[in-house]
Amino acid sequence: MKFLVQQQPAFVYTGGKPFDAAKPSIIFIHGAANDHSVWTLQSRYFAHHGFNALAVDLPGHGKSFGDAKTSVPQYADWIINLCDNGAIREAAVVGHSMGSLIGLDLATRHPARVSRLALLGCCTPMPVADALMDAARHRPQEAFDMLNIWGHAPQVKWNQSAIPGTSLMMAYKCLLEKSRPGVLANDLAACSSFALAADTIKKIVAPTLVLSGSKDMMTPPKAAQSVAKQITGARFTSLAGVGHAMMQEAPGQVLDALRDFVQHT
Amino acid sequence: MSAPSYPRIETLAVHAGQSPDPATGARAVPIYQTSSFVFPDTETAASLFNLERAGHVYSRISNPTTAVFEERVAALDGGPAAIATASGQAALHLAIATLMGSGSHIVASNALYGGSHNLLSYALPRFGIHTTFVNGRDPDQWRAAIRPNTRLLFGETVGNPGLDVLNIPVIAEIAHAAHIPLMVDATLTTPFLSRPISQGADIVMHSATKFLSGHGVVIGGVLVDGGRFDWEASQKFPTLTEPYHGFHEMVMTEESSVAAFALRARREGLRDFGAAMAPMTAFQILQGLETLHVRMPRHIENARKIVEFLSANNAVAHVTYAELPTHPDYELAKTLFPNGVSAVVSFEVRGGKQAGKTFIEKLNLFSHLANIGDAKSLVIQPATTTHFRMDAAALKASGISEGTIRLSVGLEHADDLIEDLARALTASQKI
Repeated sequence: MKFLVQQQPAFVYTGGKPFDAAKPSIIFIHGAANDHSVWTLQSRYFAHHGFNALAVDLPGHGKSFGDAKTSVPQYADWIINLCDNGAIREAAVVGHSMGSLIGLDLATRHPARVSRLALLGCCTPMPVADALMDAARHRPQEAFDMLNIWGHAPQVKWNQSAIPGTSLMMAYKCLLEKSRPGVLANDLAACSSFALAADTIKKIVAPTLVLSGSKDMMTPPKAAQSVAKQITGARFTSLAGVGHAMMQEAPGQVLDALRDFVQHT
Repeated sequence: MSAPSYPRIETLAVHAGQSPDPATGARAVPIYQTSSFVFPDTETAASLFNLERAGHVYSRISNPTTAVFEERVAALDGGPAAIATASGQAALHLAIATLMGSGSHIVASNALYGGSHNLLSYALPRFGIHTTFVNGRDPDQWRAAIRPNTRLLFGETVGNPGLDVLNIPVIAEIAHAAHIPLMVDATLTTPFLSRPISQGADIVMHSATKFLSGHGVVIGGVLVDGGRFDWEASQKFPTLTEPYHGFHEMVMTEESSVAAFALRARREGLRDFGAAMAPMTAFQILQGLETLHVRMPRHIENARKIVEFLSANNAVAHVTYAELPTHPDYELAKTLFPNGVSAVVSFEVRGGKQAGKTFIEKLNLFSHLANIGDAKSLVIQPATTTHFRMDAAALKASGISEGTIRLSVGLEHADDLIEDLARALTASQKI
């Protein structure tokens, strides 16, 4: 459905359900040059089990209007404006990759708005390799291929997909190629430049889950574990054999982890 | 840090879409010969039905063995998703029924497989879907035939039996200018010779009965969603962009940013029309698909030797093969199919219909039957068999005469094939 965010129409996937202000909300935030569709399976489940599932297309991404933001805090401000316009007082925030940084920023600057925080494929700082950054700026197709190949566990290249009939590598390649010109370089720069001071991250009060793939080459498990260690009471869960694109590689395991987190924290 | 690379086509043909069986560790693809799958609990059952969880429910919709085949073809063709069907014809019908309804219009090349021609010419008009056939080589004809209600352009990578080469980049550009997709039947070329999605096609279909399986054992088809077409911008495809009453008002383009077409085709088309592939069929096709990259070069090598032989034989009036400089698509074929144009060869025996008949009856090694893409070499006279429902004008437009002979060149030794052809050609001239 469409929301008006910062005076621009924004698309938010709600799992086929209308928004109901009486229900608790979960906001799903995608990563660099992605869109809401990376969350389809997980968000659809919550939409049909008592929640407002709001899988956003960030500005400049997917079906949302406006230009992509140039920093993580700007994206976080956009999410806050979405909540304000949708009368969402607080929400569980689930972010992947760049989306997890947006979640971290929301939880530190707007703690009253974040009821729970799930960080998938997360590390901070989130440095971007020079080769990837350079390719994103000057040879986007090469950057898409790097992100696609490094973004999946090695065996995904030939293993059977959890989503019958879907080639995960070809689907993600296609999704990246559909991103608007310059958005990937923009988002990677936003990730690279975002950093939370150690004393800031310790101030997070929302119950937090850090979900990491054991084969994640983009945000390695050790770095994700370090994030969990810095947040008081954070739960760290590792998904064996799974890469950075965990929502597609292991949709059921990701859903189970999120469901358990939402129900038991 | 060096740029990573995707697996090559040879590796994909052997491995894509398959993990060792999680239950037993079996390395070969297990045949999940089951109609349905047990739900662990009622909540999971409901979630599977509502697409909140991925998985298998009923083999008409999906099956683990069939999914290996689908994912392998998707990877080979470079599309996000594929759907296996009961036949190539079922794939064509599924695509059309997914995209349009009564009152819609298709523009198709006149160089089509006879079965496709039948569906478009005779069956679909009964359901209010009409087709204009055009000379596939003439971009202006494609452009001129498009109407406000046109919903699809359709052609074959290499037409059968005239071996017409579809200029995919040019026809795709015409389609996209009109905000409609181009679907390409790539049966004759397979992903080894051609990847139409990379050339601009939006949907690819194959009759998997042919070169994909390569053994002539099964009937099957597959449809590949190219993932790039912008259905929303087009505003011509409500089946994909508007709430679907048949699935809780699901909007396919909201549900999937890259495979909305495949999603609707599976969730409606396989569910309601039911032309699904059997798991055993998928298994058998996979046995052939594993050697696609080994077989196709040999098919091409043999075809080239036979073309050379036929071109020099006095009993042959004309040879049709797009690698010959005399073929109108010679230059285009070199550009689009650098690894070879196909293993189907057409030619005309001097002496017309009777000479053609004698030629076929005197062959020993070639099998006279209605198929292509087998390991065994095959022969047929299209005017009296595969294309017999076409009238004289349609036959002429498709490059078929009464004396046209179509060969599907197999994997035998080329010299044995040539000996067989030589003997039969000599006999054909003694009438």
